[in-house]
Amino acid sequence: MYYGGIQALKNVSLHVQPGELLAIIGANGAGKTTLLRTVSGVLRARSGSIRFEDRELTRLSPYQIVHLGIAHSPEGRQLFGGLTTIENLRLGAVQRKDRAAIDQDVEYIYGLFPVLKERRLQRAGTLSGGEQQMLAIGRALMARPRLLLLDEPSLGLAPLLVERIFEVIARLKMERVTLLLVEQNARMALEVADRAYVMETGHVTLEGPASELAANPAVERAYLGG
Amino acid sequence: MAFVLQQLINALALGSIYALMAIGLAIIFGILRLINFAHGELLMIGPYLVLVLSLLGLPFGLAVVVALVLAGFVGVIMERLAYRPLRGAPDVSLLLTSLGVSMFLQNSVIMAFGGQSKAFAGPAFLDQRLPVMQNVGIATIDVVIFGTAIVLVVLFTLFVTRTTLGISMRASAENLLAAQLVGINLGRVIMVAFIIGAGMAAVAGILYGVRIGKIDPLMGFIPLLKAFVATVIGGFGSIPGAVLGAYVLGFLEILLSGSLPSGVTAYRDAIIFVLLIVVLLVRPQGILGSGEAERV
Repeated sequence: MYYGGIQALKNVSLHVQPGELLAIIGANGAGKTTLLRTVSGVLRARSGSIRFEDRELTRLSPYQIVHLGIAHSPEGRQLFGGLTTIENLRLGAVQRKDRAAIDQDVEYIYGLFPVLKERRLQRAGTLSGGEQQMLAIGRALMARPRLLLLDEPSLGLAPLLVERIFEVIARLKMERVTLLLVEQNARMALEVADRAYVMETGHVTLEGPASELAANPAVERAYLGG
Repeated sequence: MAFVLQQLINALALGSIYALMAIGLAIIFGILRLINFAHGELLMIGPYLVLVLSLLGLPFGLAVVVALVLAGFVGVIMERLAYRPLRGAPDVSLLLTSLGVSMFLQNSVIMAFGGQSKAFAGPAFLDQRLPVMQNVGIATIDVVIFGTAIVLVVLFTLFVTRTTLGISMRASAENLLAAQLVGINLGRVIMVAFIIGAGMAAVAGILYGVRIGKIDPLMGFIPLLKAFVATVIGGFGSIPGAVLGAYVLGFLEILLSGSLPSGVTAYRDAIIFVLLIVVLLVRPQGILGSGEAERV
């Protein structure tokens, strides 16, 4: 995978099981975001293969990939700043036609993040950082994805909000949503994940059950500040 | 009093023409970051299509309907052939391409119809005057222009606030990456933006042609510049801003024409462009453009 002429991912091979929470941890510039954007189709892989439920994704447009059941809550939230909270949420369901179920899902998101209900007619650009992150996750969930890509959901948030976001991630895991979580906050990510990969400058350097990686001295030294 | 009323109607008619152009410019800029210089040719093509269809024997009303459909088609082809292959290229490549498209269309029409202006007329009732008060004759065409613009602006507003496709269009203008990630079919949104933009420009061109009684292959250029000024005044990319800017510009032009000494009126457009520079210096985000930074 090349990004702006520079090869950002090399021989990265990973897989996610249905219903599992897979974490990818690693420092800035390791290629985590590039990896997720390639899965979503906004970046194109020059070689290699991405398969989802036996469908090849590498030649598909982003909207076709969403149609197959993959939703993406991107790094930096990427909300529609001039549109309201409710418009943002409904755009998450832009490909769905089941109006009644969409209304129900909006209520479900308000259940996960009650503050979004208070802010529903407010422009997304005026929300606080934490509220924006909740909206980004909520918008991705509105697609009723079979695989949810979460890119740095805790980035730049106060510790209390990080806790809140990870509570919701744990809840989604209980509800058997398949999750691919990319995080710099390795401690939180390894706590909640089933398995994890460690990425460094475009390579996967370690992989295994999250609890084993959390106990690995090398991981502890590099990512857990131990 | 009569004079003021007449000038008011003039200003509203002029502003309406600019507004119909400015909406298309604003939506296309919003999504593609493209200042579509060929938008003036979409205005010009409208009345030329009506002319050809009338020669083929279609009554005026039907000719207008068919011309609008064809103009939308021209917009789609323009995007497919000239702009879509440049997806991901620097903005300036798109800008220069649109200049090329503009020249290509102008010269195609010159080759087909010659460079001289052609007489253009609508149904006879459009040339009549509505006696509103004593001494005040309001041209029917001016009322039709204003009425058409209002109806189309209201319909367009409903479209972008009430329909999924319309909201997707605003969303794509807000954040292209996010639009892709939530699963908006960008190709379709862009196509619809060009159909709407081309249709509105063609409507403006037909009304403008009827009002001045003639059409020529270069008639789109000045309205394009004026619509561009209107969108800058209103806040580039903002649709309500574009409409507001168009009417502000219409009023300013009529005000300048009416109040300046006769020797200076010829410089009306120069004064308008000085105004553009002043706006860019003092309030580059325009009247309604959001100056607020995205909060994180």
